[in-house]
Amino acid sequence: MVKIRRFEERVAQLFAEGLIPGFLHLYIGQEAVAAGVCANLRKDDYITSTHRGHGHCIAKGADVNKMMAELFGKRTGYCKGKGGSMHVMDVELGILGANGIVGGGLPIAVGAALSAKLKGSGQVAVSFFGEGAAGTGYFHEALNMAAVLKLPVVFVCESNQYAEFTPRRTHLPVDTVAERSKAYGMEGYCVDGNNVVEVYETFAGIVENVRLDSRPVLVECFTNRWSGHYEGDPQRYRGKGESEEWQKQDPIAKLEQGLRGEYQVEPDELQQIRNFVESELDAAVSFAKESPLPRGEETLEDVYAW
Amino acid sequence: MAVLRFNQAINAALREEMARDQNVILAGEDIAAAGGSFGVTRGLLEEFGESRVIDTPISEGAIVGLAIGSAATGLRPVVEIMFIDFIGVCFDMLLNQAAKMRYMSGGNISLPLVIRTQAGAGYNAGPQHSQSLEAMLMHIPGLKVVMPSNPYDAKGLLKAAVRDDDPVLFIENKMLYGMKGEVPEAEYVIPLGTAKIVREGNDVTIVALGQMVNRAVRAAEELEAEGISAEVIDPRTVTPLDKECIWQSVVKTGRLVVVHEAVKTGGFGAELAAIVQEEVFDYLDAPIQRVAAPFTPVPYSKALEQYYLPNEESIIEAAKRICVGRPFGLRK
Repeated sequence: MVKIRRFEERVAQLFAEGLIPGFLHLYIGQEAVAAGVCANLRKDDYITSTHRGHGHCIAKGADVNKMMAELFGKRTGYCKGKGGSMHVMDVELGILGANGIVGGGLPIAVGAALSAKLKGSGQVAVSFFGEGAAGTGYFHEALNMAAVLKLPVVFVCESNQYAEFTPRRTHLPVDTVAERSKAYGMEGYCVDGNNVVEVYETFAGIVENVRLDSRPVLVECFTNRWSGHYEGDPQRYRGKGESEEWQKQDPIAKLEQGLRGEYQVEPDELQQIRNFVESELDAAVSFAKESPLPRGEETLEDVYAW
Repeated sequence: MAVLRFNQAINAALREEMARDQNVILAGEDIAAAGGSFGVTRGLLEEFGESRVIDTPISEGAIVGLAIGSAATGLRPVVEIMFIDFIGVCFDMLLNQAAKMRYMSGGNISLPLVIRTQAGAGYNAGPQHSQSLEAMLMHIPGLKVVMPSNPYDAKGLLKAAVRDDDPVLFIENKMLYGMKGEVPEAEYVIPLGTAKIVREGNDVTIVALGQMVNRAVRAAEELEAEGISAEVIDPRTVTPLDKECIWQSVVKTGRLVVVHEAVKTGGFGAELAAIVQEEVFDYLDAPIQRVAAPFTPVPYSKALEQYYLPNEESIIEAAKRICVGRPFGLRK
């Protein structure tokens, strides 16, 4: 969680310095979801992510050097500088892509789950999406398809309260996305997405069941996006004091409190984790800065396989 | 050699590829128990079982998504979009996901998937079940587009498509499903991107797509009787396009007619005309002619649809327009 938070804070800084181009959609505030879910996954389990995908990729084990280099548009990045922030993929880690299209990952996760089921590999596919994506046709098609084909997919709705600039109450006619599970004949759950222990424990049971029974499940995790839709978004749509209220629910602070109280973890130990993360990210930034830009003609590569 | 119908040739290709590679699976609407709306997948459920021949809900987006996700993770799915007209429903999956995944992953993910679909007018199926949309698809980098014109090619090209590591749109013309032709039982594969000279000639090159190839051949026979020797080329795949074969023919004949049943505006003919003038302009003895459908939706009524579709007469007329009254071999 700390690595995700600090990756995003550093990326915001580098963006402000003009070192990272394009659109950036930060995951700050939602770390408990990615961390709590992915801690239950095997390396070979699949995830599909969203345009706000850095957190999911890091939680699934992505190399921050290659991520940072990709954000810088460098040849050493995950996608050789062709994908950028919204398209980080690592097939060996089962990361089938952050995705620039809202709802785009849902049917792809269904396909990955089909492949797992046919191979009998015991893998599961997890599709992360926001409550905004629950308004797309792909959401409904994917849930229906996964249910009728009985596929091992966990649909993780990360309700961060906004669909781009539009608040939840404006675009969602139901109280919870999770209740839509009934319409597809699957189980649905709601989780406090700011409490990583709750996320972790809930998903431990769910992922295991999905793995065993090969049936999809829909889980909604309630959390909040601290940043704007994109970096630089003035967020005029947000209520006064709203961000501050949510920040009192900081998932990292909550976890640290628990660790120090219940588990008597020393502040030093927590600081060591933070120090480790800082040095890892220092290295990632240096790697990205020092890496070569792609040559212009590399734009013609990887269109087709020859 | 066995004589098969076009739809049986496709069925044979699927059967052989499924037997050869257990990662090949089929999915789509009505393809399993019902055997496909044109009988193309008949018998495959019985032979390969319901885990490999999958009936899906009417969810074109999720069907293509299923293909993408399963192709990215080790399967070789062949999915069916029943009519190419329904492709709008899954266009995001095609345009933003399937076509780009190899590229935006920096070459780390390949998508060996085939989307079989059916297109074309002539069946009085009306404006939403008769379109030819290859030009929209060939405009998208990352997709390969195949358009067979006879049973032999259909089988060989589909086998190549299944073995290809990129997303392939395999467009079957509905008027060809009943066409009979000799199809060897012995293994053969036609590489994507190899055009076929269907008929040799010296005075004019006619490049035609799909069912128009057969009309172009008949037109060429009539032109022969009038002293015009037409070379007919079937590109077989519009992406990748065998430009070399077409250039060589145009260099030989000095004249080009392009025939397709999609509307003329922004079509394959426009693209081919541009390519030919860029590369072999100096060899052209006459303006390039396009024979294509008018810029309207496909009509329903027989009388209207026959007017809409290019036919032998329109091909002959176009060829004569650039041959008659102009001396052959000016710059040869």
